[in-house]
Amino acid sequence: MSIDWNAFTPASALIGGAIIGAAAALFAVLNGRIAGVSGILGGLARPQAGDVSWRIAFVAGLVAAPLAWGLLAALLEIRVDASFPALVAAGLLVGIGTRYGGGCTSGHGVCGISRASPRSIAATVAFMAAGFATVYVARHLIAP
Amino acid sequence: MYTAASFAAGFVFGLGLLVSGMANPAKVLGFLDLAGAWDPSLALVMAGAVAVGAGAFAFMKERTRTLLGAPVLLPSPRRIDRRLILGSLVFGVGWGLAGICPGPALVLAGAGSAKGLVFLAAMIAGNGGFEFFEKKKRVAPGPAPVRSS
Repeated sequence: MSIDWNAFTPASALIGGAIIGAAAALFAVLNGRIAGVSGILGGLARPQAGDVSWRIAFVAGLVAAPLAWGLLAALLEIRVDASFPALVAAGLLVGIGTRYGGGCTSGHGVCGISRASPRSIAATVAFMAAGFATVYVARHLIAP
Repeated sequence: MYTAASFAAGFVFGLGLLVSGMANPAKVLGFLDLAGAWDPSLALVMAGAVAVGAGAFAFMKERTRTLLGAPVLLPSPRRIDRRLILGSLVFGVGWGLAGICPGPALVLAGAGSAKGLVFLAAMIAGNGGFEFFEKKKRVAPGPAPVRSS
């Protein structure tokens, strides 16, 4: 392992992380819910009375953030290297896996670890390990 | 008020994803590439998020109503089962393929990224696939399936 010091952005990572944590805190303290994006979005596939508008509002907030940012400043670098077929496969796997696993980086990762939930910690270890392994295979075994 | 708070939380969450670099798939893959030139930034994103989040969840632990008077719905299932682990592994493979997880997928869509929109459409199709199989299981005879989320 060698650390890429040029790519390392500790300040923006910590500040951005704290903002993410503040959003999760806001949602817990005001709405009494876990800010888990896969569950909030996935719940819309099973609409129930009184359970739809807050989900749409949260999703709209996420979509609106880059729009508002773009009005005030130049958007930060966003680079997607994956090919379109890879994106389709990845999206399907993420869409199915997060629902079976009951959460993603936000619900299990940020919120679950904040609550010291053993279940979420186990899920986070599993998806991180699979993520590390997948990138290893893709970058160092298939296309080194 | 409840819906407005939900929008605000999503909005702030999206800003955090942008500032932190989580909304940049190339940076996420740089973190997941342990064997290459490793970018440890995202470990600090998690540290910053948990440092702030933990206080709020501790504050909410004994409460039954939120500051808006809404019921607290913070379930704590403890079961670690096959469904949790297999689902998370499948998610991790998808995450490693593109460097995109559900929150950033929505931010990328908002940023007008065509690739982000393709990923988001596939992810929603994956959600639909899950619902389809769950519904099939629900109407099938036998013991009721246990929902883990």
